[in-house]
Amino acid sequence: MPDLSGHERGRRFLPVFPTLCLLAAVLALVYLFQGITAETWDYSLHRRVPIVIALALVGTAVGVSSVVFQTITANYILTPSVMGLDNLYVFLQTLVLCLAGGSQLAVMHSPLYFMMSLLLMVFVSTGIFFYMFRGQNGGNVYFVVLVGMIFGVAFGGLSNFMQVLIDPSEFAVLEGRLFASFNRVNEELLLAAFLVILAALACLAFDLRNLDALTLGRSAAIALGVNYKWLVLRSLVIVALLSSASTVLVGPVTFLGILIVSIARALLPTYRHAALLPGAALVGMCSLTFGMLFTERWLNFSVPLSVIVNFAGGIYFIYLIMRIKRI
Amino acid sequence: MIEVRGISKRYREELVLRDITTALPTGKMVAFIGGNGAGKSTMLNIICRLIEPTGGTVRVDGRELKEWPSRELARVLTILGQSLHTPARLTVEELVAFGRFPHSGGRLTEADRRKIREALDFTGIWDLRARFLDELSGGQRQMAYIAMAIAQDTRYIFLDEPLNNLDMSRAVRIMKLLGRLVREREKTIYIVIHDINFVSFYADYVVALRKGVLCRQGPAEEMIRPEVLRAVYDMDIAIEPYGGKQFCVYYE
Repeated sequence: MPDLSGHERGRRFLPVFPTLCLLAAVLALVYLFQGITAETWDYSLHRRVPIVIALALVGTAVGVSSVVFQTITANYILTPSVMGLDNLYVFLQTLVLCLAGGSQLAVMHSPLYFMMSLLLMVFVSTGIFFYMFRGQNGGNVYFVVLVGMIFGVAFGGLSNFMQVLIDPSEFAVLEGRLFASFNRVNEELLLAAFLVILAALACLAFDLRNLDALTLGRSAAIALGVNYKWLVLRSLVIVALLSSASTVLVGPVTFLGILIVSIARALLPTYRHAALLPGAALVGMCSLTFGMLFTERWLNFSVPLSVIVNFAGGIYFIYLIMRIKRI
Repeated sequence: MIEVRGISKRYREELVLRDITTALPTGKMVAFIGGNGAGKSTMLNIICRLIEPTGGTVRVDGRELKEWPSRELARVLTILGQSLHTPARLTVEELVAFGRFPHSGGRLTEADRRKIREALDFTGIWDLRARFLDELSGGQRQMAYIAMAIAQDTRYIFLDEPLNNLDMSRAVRIMKLLGRLVREREKTIYIVIHDINFVSFYADYVVALRKGVLCRQGPAEEMIRPEVLRAVYDMDIAIEPYGGKQFCVYYE
């Protein structure tokens, strides 16, 4: 009997990784050193190095969390940010700030404050998730997407409301620091975010094969001996941590994940998370660094990167939603 | 041996299973029959730990479900549900390889590969092994999932309406295949079937449910009788002998 065909298929993906790594490195170097002169060397590098690190972290966190989220929801349209997790984090962050009463910058950027927000985020997001995916509704993509979008908008509105409650003059000072964006990366928490992402990835490494089995859906995964509830709970906590870490660095970018995952899936047509997760992370890094170069050097900061990402990602998302009908 | 003790299931206000206690035979093709909403699927799903019963316990080989480590139970029992769908693009071979997951945790050994080859061969889909699932017809996909269950190599295989939406020749082929699994490989097959004639021709043993209550169970020849079927389906079914089997006529 001839042998199984599995091996050759696996090997076909291999060249993708060196290419992506190389591309990520080249883009990062171009971003760091393009247009730099001896006089501006210190200033430019000081500004650019944290940005490159942040982009790499955000790309990894968003890429990985989106793939994992799609696996546990058995749905290739949803991502954590489409479900409003980013906005939820901003809301919780504001909530903690208001409750703590500390409107000083020191409080906001202390790791303790970050950890408190993270903890809240893990509890609230897993609670919402289990509420939404219980019973029959979990199978209904439209229901879940709709509720997720509403949650996202609601949390955005709530955080706005709470920010209004803060004393206006204090808020004016805070505003600049409270809302991170690609042009205003939260450098103080770079290390904390890095550690959180690292820990999350380390935990995920043990579950790669379980996540593979989860690709077949809940029933099949249980029939194959996956401890479904625990696996989903663990993965959700990790997704919540990764979303929080990326949000704290550059703020919410709703449609970034859907773009990254779609590109990664097109490059690596496999169900294996051992390939998909690093692939998505690399695609995330490359696309963000490229986007940053594009907006900063060619568009001269005239359009923020998140606007471009949401514009392209939003259109692509609408395309995906319209396509479900045919399935 | 699978024993069910006092299981019931309530969805909101509705009791879909009421206090079912029974022991299911082994080494046979066991068919679950009953009208829509009789609780057949619910019972199968509870036995295979896909849903939690509202009350009662299930014992597999003398051990309660909760006492089984999930991975270990997956080497003893498996279930093929009604909705077989994955958003991922998988080849037939990759799907069948998942059957070895409880044994090797995703790292295939040479023994695993042999089982995969055997399952592909046994189900007659060896030639389709490199094709993607979404390129297959419904019947071929069904066969691929059955091959996965065979590769899993469990004593007990539960199938929830595997003949749904299949043409006649495909349905017959699947039933013959399952029959061979029972006779040649000493598997026990528990299967939900709607077409009573497939039950009559292929099942050794029948469990009949009606409105969430276990109304009767027994060897197929004792169950395929007008008075029994009347009690299960609430309709008159004529039974004609056909080549040593019983043929049920329910079209008028």
